[in-house]
Amino acid sequence: MDNIILEMRGITKTFPGVKALDNVSFKVREGEIHALVGENGAGKSTLMKVLSGVYPAGTYEGEIHYDGEERRFSTIADSEELGIIIIHQELALVPLLSIAENIFLGNEIADKGVIHWPQTFSRTQELLKKVGLTESPATLITDIGVGKQQLVEIAKALSKKVRLLILDEPTASLNETDSDALLKLLMEFRNQGMTSIIISHKLNEIKKVADQITILRDGGTVETLDCHKEDISEDRIIKGMVGRAMEDRYPPREPKIGDTLLEVKNWNVFHQHHRDRQFLHDVSFKVRAGEVVGIAGLMGAGRTETAMSIFGKSWGHKITGEVTMRGQPVDVSTIPRAIKAGLAYVTEDRKQLGLVLINNIKENTTLANLSAVAANGVIDERQERKVAGDYRTKLRIRSHSIYQEAVNLSGGNQQKVVLSKWLFTNPEVLILDEPTRGIDIGAKYEIYTIINQLAAEGKGILMISSEMPELLGTCDRIYVMNEGRIVAELSKEEASQESIMRAIMRSGEKH
Amino acid sequence: MVADTSTHTTKPSIGDYLRNNIREYGLLVALVIIMLFFQFVTSGVLFRPVNITNLVLQNSFIVIMALGMLLIIVAGHIDLSVGSIVAFVGAISAIMLVKWGLPAIVVVPACLVVGGIMGAAQGYWVAYQKIPSFIVTLAGMLVFRGMTYVVLGGRPIGPFPKDFQILSTGFVPDFLYFLNPSPEIIKNMVALVAVLALVGYAIYAGIRNRRINEQHGTENEPFVFFAVQMAVIGVVALFIGFQLSTYRGLPNVLIVMGVLIAAYTFVTTRSTIGRRVYAMGGNEKATKLSGINTERLTFYAFVNMGVLAALAGMIITARLNSATPKAGVGFELDVIAACFIGGASASGGVGKITGAVIGAFIMGVMNNGMSIMGIGIDYQQLIKGLVLLAAVFFDVYNKNKGKG
Repeated sequence: MDNIILEMRGITKTFPGVKALDNVSFKVREGEIHALVGENGAGKSTLMKVLSGVYPAGTYEGEIHYDGEERRFSTIADSEELGIIIIHQELALVPLLSIAENIFLGNEIADKGVIHWPQTFSRTQELLKKVGLTESPATLITDIGVGKQQLVEIAKALSKKVRLLILDEPTASLNETDSDALLKLLMEFRNQGMTSIIISHKLNEIKKVADQITILRDGGTVETLDCHKEDISEDRIIKGMVGRAMEDRYPPREPKIGDTLLEVKNWNVFHQHHRDRQFLHDVSFKVRAGEVVGIAGLMGAGRTETAMSIFGKSWGHKITGEVTMRGQPVDVSTIPRAIKAGLAYVTEDRKQLGLVLINNIKENTTLANLSAVAANGVIDERQERKVAGDYRTKLRIRSHSIYQEAVNLSGGNQQKVVLSKWLFTNPEVLILDEPTRGIDIGAKYEIYTIINQLAAEGKGILMISSEMPELLGTCDRIYVMNEGRIVAELSKEEASQESIMRAIMRSGEKH
Repeated sequence: MVADTSTHTTKPSIGDYLRNNIREYGLLVALVIIMLFFQFVTSGVLFRPVNITNLVLQNSFIVIMALGMLLIIVAGHIDLSVGSIVAFVGAISAIMLVKWGLPAIVVVPACLVVGGIMGAAQGYWVAYQKIPSFIVTLAGMLVFRGMTYVVLGGRPIGPFPKDFQILSTGFVPDFLYFLNPSPEIIKNMVALVAVLALVGYAIYAGIRNRRINEQHGTENEPFVFFAVQMAVIGVVALFIGFQLSTYRGLPNVLIVMGVLIAAYTFVTTRSTIGRRVYAMGGNEKATKLSGINTERLTFYAFVNMGVLAALAGMIITARLNSATPKAGVGFELDVIAACFIGGASASGGVGKITGAVIGAFIMGVMNNGMSIMGIGIDYQQLIKGLVLLAAVFFDVYNKNKGKG
């Protein structure tokens, strides 16, 4: 067990103007699960790219010892040959090819360029069995869920005779059940002697599986904790990550709740693509002024679909039901009308749906309400600059100016730009869909602070989140959704991880 | 992966500035070099007054269509049908003018409307039915070309009445002749005065702009660049203006083109519509979710392209004094090439009117210069193709280098 399979010594990697890694050292024992944690920008992914040869030997300083020898990888193929396989956060699968084709992509079982299909399929079947999938090898990737796609990635790694498996945020887009299955699989592999490195923001999961935890901060190694020697609490890990004890992960707030703003009654929606399948059933809820309301639920429960179908019918069809604002029925049938009715929707997917990445902060900030900084269709540059500058200061967007392109901002700052955009439309109710996904702990705290400020200003906040502690920490009231229905409404006092899970499980039995 | 989020206030050096804006200066420098090169190898023919006039007349329609094409490309689409629209509009203008005897004052607006309808017919499928623009406009290219053959019955129609021809071959009359200091050299005073006024205004506007920027703490380009740029543009404009004034003055087409360039520059840089088109090309879904009617925007981009192609079609037909079924073949490629040479991105969201115009002029000067040199059409095509590839490679190379 104490056999060191990998040692990285004094790794330093510089990009023009930035030292991404500064003398990082890191040891992994054979047959363990080693967690690598740190805030965004701490250097985790860079370190793994150095290890796997994405950054070839010579572009960094320091040594990599693997399996007892010093290694100098110049391509990914070199590291893969020795069984070091990395699975990136953004899955590298081709959606319209089958599972089998994906698993053997670039590594086809072929004779002189002619693919041997029967063997490909039977090999795929064996691999799928190992990761606990029962899908046919001919199933297209696009037809299976993200959780199963993640397992296909692992099967692909297994096909390459993996000895050291590196997973970059494997559970970031998985629901609890799928995450658990994945973690269980990792533990099973550990029992069979495989070594894994797991990068994750989800500290509860790390606590569950990790043998050792290495913490990075600002491109340097902070410490390595051995989970078998001492009991490591989440707070202990956070302390290492942020360099100070986080007294409170959620800023305090005195709720001052007013009249009902948004009320949705008997909202029924059919599926966008499978048009005869009803997806949302009689969803009803309300959000009051100054209130932060959460929607909890597993992935696929219909939370995002609820938000999008209300916001200008951007999802689904055959939508029926009633939406009122301050008791008056409002028309939300198109996005401009929904905005006019006082709604704003901060999407789950910042990069694809929230921002125009190649445009700058200023242009993104005013996009949803451009006419407010224009007269007769002509943009008033001065006013636009002022608006963008004000939001930049108010939300503390860290950038060198309002002319910085959104693509060059960190996740937290990108999210603040999206928030600026929607705040500038002066909404009464903001729907926030996973507002802190992929954002580091410090920036999360700032987002929560913004949410609190908005509530204090009398706006209503509807927050969708897959992180239950986040909902419990910020919301005044929580609705629980499952399979397209609201299955429970919990007050702050009633709400706990257990009560939410219980509501989900109970409703699952009923239907 | 390490995003620089710190607030640094260091002023970029001149070298940094040049590196960051190499695209824009590079394009201008390339145009000047190409001009000087052909001026040299054609032993001065390129800048002769009559040739400058020809250059304007020959390229005006490419520039005009490039304005519309730039919007289409920025919106994330492409329009392959413009050459066929040129031919069809030319044909129906000929029928209306020559066969039906309608006056130009009726025919010109009618043809612009027809162009708009042709654009709308394509825009509908692209915007509302979500069919890729490449396919829709490829179909349009075939359909409109076929329609041209049908309405012309395969035979050219011409010649045109004089009032229609002034559109493309007329000149602005010299109503300032009384100011002329030396009528032996200067044949048209309006041209000279107009160019002087324009250069004067450009310098004034540039300086005013810098002052406004300074007041608001926005970074200006280094003064050296500003001065050199103004000097180069000023000298070239004055030289061309002077040369034109010694011949027949300002072609009408030049005025049309100038007004359109100014209008489209304004729309793309200052208007809400322009901003929304750029946003849509950059990320259509995010733009739609920001409450912008992206379908309508796309639709009107195609209508606009149709109208500009119709205008170009009339200018060409009037210039050739005959409508033929083969008019405008391959024009779409010159127009698209002008946009890409000018720095537009094939994936949408990026591109400038000034870039597209300079791109069109680079193509035009090369066409003209190579023709004077007597280079055959075969080699002309080959060279133009390589220039297009080189320009886009330059872009890609710069972008990758920027990433480090």
